Amino acid sequence: MAHEEGQQHPIKIYLWIWLLLFVVSFFSYMVDYMNIQGFWRPTLILIFMFVKAGFIIAIFMHMQWERIALKLAILGPPAAILVLIWLMALEGGYIEDTRVDYYGESTFEPQAPPHH
Amino acid sequence: MSEVVMEHAAEAPGLEGVVSDFSRDKQVFGVPWGKAMMWIFLLSDTFIFSCFLVSYMAVRISTTDPWPVPSEVFALSFGGDPIPLILIAIMTFILITSSGTMAMAVNMGYRRDKNKTFWLMVATAILGASFVGMQAFEWTKLIVEEGVRPWSNPMGAAQFGSSFFMITGFHGLHVSAGVIYLMWVAIRVKRGIYERRGGNYEIVEIAGLYWHFVDLVWVFIFAFFYLW
Repeated sequence: MAHEEGQQHPIKIYLWIWLLLFVVSFFSYMVDYMNIQGFWRPTLILIFMFVKAGFIIAIFMHMQWERIALKLAILGPPAAILVLIWLMALEGGYIEDTRVDYYGESTFEPQAPPHH
Repeated sequence: MSEVVMEHAAEAPGLEGVVSDFSRDKQVFGVPWGKAMMWIFLLSDTFIFSCFLVSYMAVRISTTDPWPVPSEVFALSFGGDPIPLILIAIMTFILITSSGTMAMAVNMGYRRDKNKTFWLMVATAILGASFVGMQAFEWTKLIVEEGVRPWSNPMGAAQFGSSFFMITGFHGLHVSAGVIYLMWVAIRVKRGIYERRGGNYEIVEIAGLYWHFVDLVWVFIFAFFYLW
């Protein structure tokens, strides 16, 4: 049984993941620092976010070495959150529309470089 | 560890293993119960943080006022021009560093190196405490200098303040609790309590799971609240 001696892995793998997390964090900060806008902003933010999250869960939290039963039980349920995101995004858009249509508020159009 | 688990030492791999893990008359997860409980707690915590982040998304979509630009709100000047988001970037790096020291502490624990485990855990706790300190600085600056309140702020949409204080406050609370938890386990490591129990350092890995989760949540907060 794999867990008789706990999760014992070479130190090297932790150091590599540590370094990788630093590099990817630096990249995600660069997205803001270099003021990337439009399509690439959310795309890059999401890519770097999922890479970081994936390595933290898989290596630091040892999920990659666990049995599939545990992986499914822990990583499966959060998928339900996608439904919540979808519903709340619909609802958010609907509320914004009602505010514009019935309260006469104007929609904010993002401008290129804001004040300051 | 019960004998039932040991009996089925040779477990089936793949999906067949999933079926047999769940259907056989034994503990489902081949991990110590404390670890399974920590994972289930973290799963519930995932939903709590998701609720905060999703409600933040909903109010940000639904507001007709301009959303304050985090890049400017959290810019900091060291004498010269303000650097966008610099404090948040430093906090991110501190948390990742602490995750690294924690991973090493877990590793040293399983190598039964009492002293290294202790000092790495102390280092992790110190980094965590400095993260909370920076967050206190950030909150003070936002409340006192920028005039951000949970119900209003001078920069734009009123929902910015409530989202910010709820999300980062709840995360900061987790970090603070983590610092206390880590110090408690570290002191017990130092006193040789786990060494006397046959060198069983599982508890360090369980504490580590919690700490990595706190870092994991920050990854999502950083992406959705600060960068988006």
